[in-house]
Amino acid sequence: MAVAFGSLLQEQTEKDYKVALFEDFSVGLFFWQLILFLVLLFVLRKFAWKPILGAVEEREKSIEDSLASAEKARAEMERLQSDNERILAEARAERDVILKEAREIKEKMIGDAKTEAGTQAEKIIANAKEQIHNEKMAAVTELKNQVAEMSIEIAEMVLRRELDDKAKQGELVKDQLDNFKLN
Amino acid sequence: MQIKRFGFFAFLLAFSISRLAFASDDHEAHGDHDEPADKGIKEQIEEVKDHHLKDSHSFHLWGDHANGTSVEFPLPVILWDGELHFFRSSEFHHNENQVVESKGSYFRLYHSKIYKTDAEGTIHYDEEHHATNERPLDFSITKTVFSTILVGLLMLWLFGSVAKRYKKDLVPRGIAKFMEPLVILVRDDIARPNIGEKDYKRFMPYLLTVFFFIWIANLIGQTPLGINITGNIAVTLGLALITFFITQFSGKKDYWAHIFWMPGVPYLMRVVLMPIELLGLFVKPFSLMIRLYANILAGHVVIMSIIGLIFVFGAWGAKGAFFGLTFFLSIIELLVAFLQAYIFTMLSALYFGSAVEEHDEHH
Repeated sequence: MAVAFGSLLQEQTEKDYKVALFEDFSVGLFFWQLILFLVLLFVLRKFAWKPILGAVEEREKSIEDSLASAEKARAEMERLQSDNERILAEARAERDVILKEAREIKEKMIGDAKTEAGTQAEKIIANAKEQIHNEKMAAVTELKNQVAEMSIEIAEMVLRRELDDKAKQGELVKDQLDNFKLN
Repeated sequence: MQIKRFGFFAFLLAFSISRLAFASDDHEAHGDHDEPADKGIKEQIEEVKDHHLKDSHSFHLWGDHANGTSVEFPLPVILWDGELHFFRSSEFHHNENQVVESKGSYFRLYHSKIYKTDAEGTIHYDEEHHATNERPLDFSITKTVFSTILVGLLMLWLFGSVAKRYKKDLVPRGIAKFMEPLVILVRDDIARPNIGEKDYKRFMPYLLTVFFFIWIANLIGQTPLGINITGNIAVTLGLALITFFITQFSGKKDYWAHIFWMPGVPYLMRVVLMPIELLGLFVKPFSLMIRLYANILAGHVVIMSIIGLIFVFGAWGAKGAFFGLTFFLSIIELLVAFLQAYIFTMLSALYFGSAVEEHDEHH
C-alpha cells in the first residue's frame, strides 16, 4: 500500500508541477498582483504601518522615559535623604561643639573665679601681713623711743640722785626700775 | 482550521459521492481492482486537483458542471486584443459551445484559458494536442485576483482597525494586542538585525506588508475555498521583483563596489567575482520566487493528493489512515504558511541590509 501511495503521489506531483510551472504563467495575474500589492503597500503604509509603528515607538519611548524619570526621582530621593542625614549630622556635630564650648567656658569661668579669689585672698593676706608688720614695726619703734626716753629720764634722775646720796641713789634706781616695770 | 479542512473534505465528498458509490459497486461486482473503474476516480481526482491548482475565471464553491450541481459565482473577464472586451465569466456557460461574442470577436474558455475562435468555437490543435488558437491578453479578475483583493481588503480592515485602536490608546487592546507581537517580530527580529538601526525604518512598510500578505494568503489557501494565491508563480514573481527593485534602488556605493569590483581581493579574482556577483543579483529574487511558489504549491498538491487517496482506496482502514495523514499534514502546512512568510520577509530584509550596508574597514 505504501508503495502504491508513493508512486501515485510521485506521478501526480510531477505532472502537477510541470503543468503549473510552464503553462500557467499568467501575464494578467502578474499585472493585477503587482498593482494590487503596490496599492496595498501604499495604502497600508499611510493608514496602518505609520500610525501603528508610530504608536508602538511612542509607547516604548514613554515607557523608557517613565523608567528614566522614576530612576531620576529615586536618585533625587536618595540625594535628599543623604542631604537630610548630612544636615542632621552637621546639626549634631554643631550641638556637640556648642555644648563642648559651653562646658569649656563654664570650666574656664570657674577656674578663673578660683584663681581670682585665690589671688585676692593672697593679696588681702599679704596686705594684712604687711599692715601687721608695719604696726609691729611702729610699735617696736615707739617702744624703743619710749625705752630710750625712759632710759634718758631714769638716767637723769639717777644722775640727779647720785649727786645727793649714794645709797639713796641705788635705791632710787631700783625703785625706778620697779616702777618702770615694762608694762 | 482543521474544521475547515474537514469542510473541504466534505465538499469534495459531496460532488464525488454519487460516482464513487457507483465505482464501489463496480469493485464489489468484479471482485478485483478493475482498471477502468479505478482510473475513473483517479481522473476525477486529477480534474479536481488541476482545477484547484490552476487559476479560474469564476469562483467555484462546490458541485459539478457536468451534472449541473455547480455552485459558483461569476467574475469579470477583461480581455485585450487591440480593443477592450469586458463581460461576465458566466456568459461562457450560456451557450452550448461555450463561446462568447464581444465586439465582433468570439472567445472560448478551454482548459481554464481563453482562446479566440470562430463563431462555432473551433479549437485548432498541434500534434501534441495543444491548442494553437490565438490568445488575447487576459486581464480578467480571476479567482486568484479576486482572492488577492479579498486578502488586501482583509488586511486594510485588520490593520486599519489596529491603527484606529492606537489612536485612542497607546496600550494595545483587542485586535491590536494580537497583531502587535507580529509587527514587533518583523521589526525586532527581521528588520533591525538584518538592515541595521540606521536604515531599517524605511523598509518597514514593505516588510510588514509582504509578511502579512504572504502569511494571510497562505492561510486562506488552507481553507476549503480552494484558493491558491502564493502557489502561483506570477504572484511570487511580482513579490520577488519588488524586493529586487527596492534592493537595487537602495544600493549604496559599497553595495555596487562589492558586486563590480570586490575590495580586498586580488585583481584577477575581482574579474572572476564580478560575473558571479552579477548572477547572484538575479539569483536572489529568483530563489525568493521559486521558494515561496514551490513550497505552497507542493503543500497544496500533497494535501489534495492525499485527500484523493482517501477515495482511491476502498478499505475503511486506509481511508482513516489517509484522513489522519491529511490532518497531520494540514498542521504542518499551517507551520509552512507562517514559515514561508517569515523566510521571504527575512531574506528580503537581508538583501536590503546588504544594499544599505556601509563597510568601515575594507576586508
